[in-house]
Amino acid sequence: MIRRPAIPAGLPAWLYLPAALGITLIVLPPIALLAQTPWDTFLDQVGSQSSRQALWLSLRTAAISTLLCVALGVPMAVVFARHDGAVTRLLRSLVLLPLVLPPVVGGIALLYTFGRFGLVGEHLRAIGIDIAFTSAAVVLAQTFVALPFLVISVEGALRVAGTRYEEVAATLGAGPSRTLWRVTLPLVVPSLLAGVVLAFARAMGEFGATITFAGNAPGITQTAPLAIYVAEIDDPQAAIPLSLVLVVVSLIVVVAVHTRRRRSVQEAL
Amino acid sequence: MRKILAAASVVVSVVVASGCSSSDDAASSGPSPTTLNVSAAASLKKTFTAIADEFEKQHPGTTVSLSFDGSSTLANQIKQGAPADVFASADQKNMEKLGEEAVDPKTFATNTLVIVTAPGNPKGITSFADLDKPGVTTVVCQAAQPCGSATATVERDTGVTIDAASEEQSVSAVLTKVTSGQADAGLVYVTDAKGAGDKVATVTDPAFASVVNSYPIATVRDAANEGVAEEFVDAVLSPAGRQIFRQAGFGKP
Repeated sequence: MIRRPAIPAGLPAWLYLPAALGITLIVLPPIALLAQTPWDTFLDQVGSQSSRQALWLSLRTAAISTLLCVALGVPMAVVFARHDGAVTRLLRSLVLLPLVLPPVVGGIALLYTFGRFGLVGEHLRAIGIDIAFTSAAVVLAQTFVALPFLVISVEGALRVAGTRYEEVAATLGAGPSRTLWRVTLPLVVPSLLAGVVLAFARAMGEFGATITFAGNAPGITQTAPLAIYVAEIDDPQAAIPLSLVLVVVSLIVVVAVHTRRRRSVQEAL
Repeated sequence: MRKILAAASVVVSVVVASGCSSSDDAASSGPSPTTLNVSAAASLKKTFTAIADEFEKQHPGTTVSLSFDGSSTLANQIKQGAPADVFASADQKNMEKLGEEAVDPKTFATNTLVIVTAPGNPKGITSFADLDKPGVTTVVCQAAQPCGSATATVERDTGVTIDAASEEQSVSAVLTKVTSGQADAGLVYVTDAKGAGDKVATVTDPAFASVVNSYPIATVRDAANEGVAEEFVDAVLSPAGRQIFRQAGFGKP
């Protein structure tokens, strides 16, 4: 280092040390994964029947889960953003529970809700719907854990946007539904997209709730994280290629959200 | 700053405390305190806990730290350098994974498969072949686990291939799927079925008798506490240890 970088005012020099440690902690593991990757067999392993099957299942279920998150999450976000009572606050806290709940606990809870003897599952089974060990169970698990991400993103944006434009639309004679479609939702599109990407990523990465609730059946409930886990048990090396694919997918997601974030912040300013 | 330091020290002490084994204060009369690290297959949880308690009583100053998981997971961890003085596996294959690392493995117990169903066996399952009947949802262990490879052997012997609804990661996961009603039937070990008590009904099949899982135990080469590790292995192989395994439903080695 010949030229010392200028340290911005108000930034103590010692702060760089913990910051560098933090960066190292996050960046080093993916690098270690790259260093361990068996490149000579990489394509064979990623292209193997079980890998392809698991990835394809992950992409399919995560896409459906994300759509479900939008269909259920956006209305929730609008309701939460436009009410301010104690009931709303309580409900919002409950809805955010999957964010902090260990996924495996979520899986057990789902089992006793939608399982064969579950609160809802019992009645579903009576009318001939049995979701045990089906891809539908995977989608349910993913939706359960990903939904809060969407609600948080959209609700925050709605609160920041306020109700001025909607009031104007109402005075101009637009009905509530028209105002929702033409004013409220277009205002939060950037945040909605960020929420969609986050929810998709969370669904792709879902492991604990899936293995507990949906089980592990190749092609039906064995998503990519489950396939990685199973491969790791038998042959740790074999798990790396698929892990790397998921790292790349996650990176794409992070970059997408990050550029979105910056842009929506600039728009807000 | 002082507050932060105080908070940090609380966190550190909690972490340290939780990292230590929860045994009572080791008697200070014995030799210098040692911690013996034992890695054992998940199906040995009850029996090894009982043996470790007894061992601690007879060796004041020694704390036995038990780590239970799938045999293949544990074997991988030990190969990666996890601190283990003793390894007990649910099959020979995962003991062989350690190669030279495992010193003189000895078989101390055996186990066989059994079918578990809901209490009262509502689907009327009477044999291994019945698991393949339409309308019967069966879960099995994943092939890398000892219970899964035993299941595969029975399939080969009988010529019946089970179209499993799920390949679970451990015997306990198979049990949960059956006790929660998600699955009609599952394949577990006799000892696990016994541990589940009246939450399950059991069905056996003649084909299971010839597929016996042996449990080997060995000290790990260059273990930190070689002497104590050997004593623990002796305790497992002792008549008192054998008695504990018999009560849990394990077979003779």
